[in-house]
Amino acid sequence: MNIILPELGEGITKATVAFWHVKEGDRVQAGDEVCEVTTDKATFNVEAPASGWVKSIDLKPGQDGLVGDVLGTIE
Amino acid sequence: MDINFEDWKTVDYTTAYQRQRLKVESVIAGALGCLVFCEHPPVLTLGRLFKKESLLFTKEEINRRGVDLQIVDRGGDITLHAPGQLMVYVFLDLKLFNKDLKVYLEKLEQVAVDLLKEFDILAVSIPGKRGVFVGANKITSIGIGVRKWVSYHGVGINVNTDLSLFSLIKPCGLDVQMTSMAKLLKHPVAMEEVKHTWAKLFSNIFEVNIIK
Repeated sequence: MNIILPELGEGITKATVAFWHVKEGDRVQAGDEVCEVTTDKATFNVEAPASGWVKSIDLKPGQDGLVGDVLGTIE
Repeated sequence: MDINFEDWKTVDYTTAYQRQRLKVESVIAGALGCLVFCEHPPVLTLGRLFKKESLLFTKEEINRRGVDLQIVDRGGDITLHAPGQLMVYVFLDLKLFNKDLKVYLEKLEQVAVDLLKEFDILAVSIPGKRGVFVGANKITSIGIGVRKWVSYHGVGINVNTDLSLFSLIKPCGLDVQMTSMAKLLKHPVAMEEVKHTWAKLFSNIFEVNIIK
């Protein structure tokens, strides 16, 4: 299952990955905070969409993502 | 909607941050939102977008000036907190505000602009730039965190702040001069009056009832 950069508000189209709370291979529960993304004024914690293990981290800290982009995956 | 209110008076940043974490957890668990006022002893806080070139002196030189350094999980670059700067920490369940960070930030900025107007200071928010400005000078900094759609961190308003401390940094990573209400009005400003006015305007703009 994909960890998606969610809708953050009207007109916010992208955010920067700031920090991953988990690494590949870690077990997570649905709802766990896995990734921190930032806009110029806000830090937002993205949650795991499902329980499982972190299969991949696709966007690294410092990289920008568009709303809807895949940040990582969970299996 | 009712929200609680707390005044933490003067509290060191680390203690306030720990209280923030607990407050966020309580609102995530269903407690009422909360508006918090406080002031901090001098500290530089480094946000997630911190750039090294925003720090203009070494850590040792900064500490010698009586200023602490803390890394924090909020948006933005670097800023200074010090006595005379009113910190407004806002804990709201943004699921009750359409999960819209842009509108939330705009409302926070609007409260700051309207507050300053009540003190006859004309301030504006500038699209693409963090904070609230009087001309080219910055008077209010904004940086928020969000966990499970509950907000924390918030706003810092330079009321009677010692502006010389800002020479240690590029505030928020910008080549900008900082100003304060006291500097613009040419006299100290009563902090309690600023707090009262903020609470009144916040209540109106966010359409909440603050329980004191």
